[in-house]
Amino acid sequence: MDILVCVKRVPTVGGVITLTADQRAIDTRASGFTISPHEECAVEEAVRLAERFGGSVTVVTLGSTAAEEQLRACLALGASAAVLIETADGVETGPIATAAALASVAAIGFDLVLLGNEASDTGDYQVGIRLAHLLGRPVATGIKSISVAGDESSLAASRVYRGTLETYPLPLPCVVTVKEGINLPRYPSLPGRLRAKRASVRRVPLDVPAAVRDVVMTRLRVPDAPAKQATVLGHGPDAVPALVAVLGEIGVLP
Amino acid sequence: MSEIPTRASAVVIGAGIVGNSLVHHLALLGWRDIVLVDKGPLPNPGGSTGHASNFIFPIEYSRLMYDLTRDSTEQYKALGVFTESGGFEVARTEARMQELRRRVTKCKAWGIPAELVTPEEVRKRVPYLEPSVILGGAYYPTVGVVDSLRAGTLMRERAQASGALTVVSGAEVLDIATEAERVTGIVTTKGEIATGNVVICCGVWSSKVAALAGARLALTPVVHQMISVGPIGLFAGTTGEISYPIVRDVDEGMYERQHGGDMEVGSYMHRPIIVPPETIPANEEAVLSPTELPFTADDFDPQLAASLDLMPELLGDEKAGIRYAINGLISMTPDGYPLLGETPEVKGLWTASASWIKEGPGCGRAVAELMSGKVPSVDVHEADVARFYPSSRTTGFARARAAEAFNKMYGIVHPAEQYESLRPLRTGPLYGRTRDLGAVCYETARWERPHWYATNERLLEKYAGRLMDRPAEWDSRWWSPVINAEHLALRDGAGLVDLSAFTILDVTGPGALAGLQRLAVAQLDVPVGRSVYTPFLNEAGRFVADLTIMRLGAGSFRVVTGAADGGRDAKWISDRLPDNARLADVSSAWATIGLWGPRSADILDAVNRDGDSRPPDTFGMTGLFELGGAVVLGSRISYVGEYGWELHVPAEQAGYLWDLLLDAGGPHGLVPVGIGVYGTTARLEKGYRAFGAELTPEYDPVEAGMTRPRVKAEAFIGKEAYLAARTAPPAALLCTLTVDSHACADGTPRYMLGGEPVLTLDGARLVDAYGRPSCVTSAGSGPSVSRHLLMAYLPAGLAEPGTPLLVEYLGEQYPVTVASRGAVFDPSGSRMR
Repeated sequence: MDILVCVKRVPTVGGVITLTADQRAIDTRASGFTISPHEECAVEEAVRLAERFGGSVTVVTLGSTAAEEQLRACLALGASAAVLIETADGVETGPIATAAALASVAAIGFDLVLLGNEASDTGDYQVGIRLAHLLGRPVATGIKSISVAGDESSLAASRVYRGTLETYPLPLPCVVTVKEGINLPRYPSLPGRLRAKRASVRRVPLDVPAAVRDVVMTRLRVPDAPAKQATVLGHGPDAVPALVAVLGEIGVLP
Repeated sequence: MSEIPTRASAVVIGAGIVGNSLVHHLALLGWRDIVLVDKGPLPNPGGSTGHASNFIFPIEYSRLMYDLTRDSTEQYKALGVFTESGGFEVARTEARMQELRRRVTKCKAWGIPAELVTPEEVRKRVPYLEPSVILGGAYYPTVGVVDSLRAGTLMRERAQASGALTVVSGAEVLDIATEAERVTGIVTTKGEIATGNVVICCGVWSSKVAALAGARLALTPVVHQMISVGPIGLFAGTTGEISYPIVRDVDEGMYERQHGGDMEVGSYMHRPIIVPPETIPANEEAVLSPTELPFTADDFDPQLAASLDLMPELLGDEKAGIRYAINGLISMTPDGYPLLGETPEVKGLWTASASWIKEGPGCGRAVAELMSGKVPSVDVHEADVARFYPSSRTTGFARARAAEAFNKMYGIVHPAEQYESLRPLRTGPLYGRTRDLGAVCYETARWERPHWYATNERLLEKYAGRLMDRPAEWDSRWWSPVINAEHLALRDGAGLVDLSAFTILDVTGPGALAGLQRLAVAQLDVPVGRSVYTPFLNEAGRFVADLTIMRLGAGSFRVVTGAADGGRDAKWISDRLPDNARLADVSSAWATIGLWGPRSADILDAVNRDGDSRPPDTFGMTGLFELGGAVVLGSRISYVGEYGWELHVPAEQAGYLWDLLLDAGGPHGLVPVGIGVYGTTARLEKGYRAFGAELTPEYDPVEAGMTRPRVKAEAFIGKEAYLAARTAPPAALLCTLTVDSHACADGTPRYMLGGEPVLTLDGARLVDAYGRPSCVTSAGSGPSVSRHLLMAYLPAGLAEPGTPLLVEYLGEQYPVTVASRGAVFDPSGSRMR
């Protein structure tokens, strides 16, 4: 089966996030970049399905040429092809434009389109649904398990919602957005990384209708760090009774 | 949470391996009320110690680095955190095979177990290494790994347990308070501490922290990329951290080191990535830690391919993933040595920085000893932070040299290797003239010093057959037969030497004499107009400096020393001068021209014009005289063993005098002569000792053969030890040796360059009663004696002329003979008088 995985270049951040001076972006001068954890799982799921059923895994992203780094990281994990929908440096596309651009790539040739449930930076929760709508395909979101039928005509997508396991049968082709926990993503192997280095990335220009009215982020604010919750129970052996009491309270001790 | 103390005897900033070691040694030396401050959490505050690969190869060419590594390894062993694994350096090229022979020979000098091995022998111990990729290797069985975080914790806790230390973590240093260039305290985010001693052990942050006190450190953070690949199937059954030897794939600038179930692969071959300290993220901002920056995979990809070639099955396993990958930050200095000691700018501001894991505990011990006024147990003068002049303490210089040296980390670096970045910076007033003469300049303390002159190539024909040419590329790299031609021309006629790079220090004031008397072994209470050549000693009676002092007036002395030593010497003197004397560095105001050779008197006569006066003619006299209508301070001394003068002239008149002498001297055979003659060939023929080579804090004047007939009555530093040494039989004596045969196995004549081990006739290592190995301290041609000359300290029993010995060079042994404990050319010194 042929699978398309949509990924997004996002900054890696530490415990404290610093913003740029205009407060419209994260200061990434000391950051690295990665893809969202949900997307790492989507790539892993696609690679496992391709390993099992044969076929191909194509990764696609919208971004500047710098985003090739993330595409190659996916290639190193086992994706077989990569497409960069090239945007100008510093241009952020909203969910409507993003879905439209992805649809142009996803429309032909893919049995399954996988996305992360939401991007770890903007958290729009929209692109997967909008993409399915544009493609006219069914979509299941927040999925933590995928089981493809032996004849590759359908799949069962499951998730746990409020303690209940929900399973949705979907005919292929379809769109599924997955969440972290669906699998444990692998690390890139050395040969994989070298294959990725040599692989070519297909570049296509971003073609968005001028009249798209999209959501626009105007300003970011980092909330004050929460006050420290730690309480010193005591020092050395004297602290034992207080510690035992707390452990009892939270149910660790009988 | 303990309260932050308001006072401390010393505040050590930085709880990495160096800071922890330092507080431990301070406590052992009796310090109390020490405070250790770090902005990060313990035990891993986020500096370079936290991501170090933690392995130790004992082999180093530099005596300093070898000794620091040895001391540190002993300390790690005593703490129980050392695991021996063995280690290989493998060669992919013939040039590297020669380099490995050189390294194994150096191991012999230090007494480190090491052997050359075949590819198959490497594979026996490293079964996953592809032998067809390499030509051979060197095996070092005593290589090992350490747990540096544990070592730091143990040392810190011992200091705490002894009651000497308070530890404050999570406190960032905001300011270092000073008063009249002296430390008075620090300001942290948790409060202020009054103290007279602040020690910067801040690794990659060190220059930023030093700047708080107005001091500059020649140090820059650079990236060292490392990945960890696993799980490695082969390692699944092994116990502990390491079961297979570490492999340094030196031609690819990489290492592969087992770490539990993973293989760590590190590289020094990616593009140099310099990181300004102000851009290092705070602990809270960092994804991993402040010094584990995001991995830039593109930079590492070529290294992946190289490592796959070497270990195809193990690293090519599709099931093994790159689980961890960092752009790790490490510190680099312009000369690769740590920065140890008190900064020249601020009293009480110390540093122990730019140390690797393998030198950390040794650096901590050395600085603790220095702070305690003790002679360090490891001679660390080459790491003295004061060695860098202000011109070498710039950010741009640190970055440029780090960028240039980074890829040489595992490189084949020649002993005379020259660096190219940011040159020329310090050029004397004769620079344009010497450049026009085709001067090939070497750099010392950023000065450009002509080593030989291309225009003297015309002499090659004249002296053909006497030039001791070196057919092997390695021996002749950074060398020219023109040096030997200049040497012969100087001995035949005369040579003009540009010595503008000298450090010149004027010590003046009512207390100048008393102040200098306390430092110098020689009597300085001499008539005005005398030049005195003298060592300075430390409290243990060993050399700390070797210089010339001219008495210019009752309370006026001029100290002349080498460019490489001037920074340290100036600090040694000014730290010890009384209040009523002061030191001024006038190096930039004065140029020095050497005029030596049998015809030099004729040349001065030729220059002499109406009204000029006579130069001082008695050996050792100094005086102002008029030459060509200019005023010159002439000194009748010589470092080349010929009649002549050191002519000191105001910088703006140097060009005039140079032209005058060169023009008038032509008919007398005067040629410009470079430092190749001055510093090596002429010096070696005369057996003159050089600071840093023969004269180091490892040896005393008796061993160096520099005792004077009488000892002055006045006290001086090291006098007691010096007196004791004079009465005891010396353990070693400095000798000049001649090489009897140069032919290597394939018949090519080879010429030693220095540093080689001296061996007994049956090839055994020579060590004196103190355990000091006999190594070649200086090597070079002796064109006037037609012999390649070596200097070395030999155990006293062997230091007799005529004693036959061996010297090992690049893995082969050559017969040598002890020639003299003094000069092999003109031993009576008649030519100088």
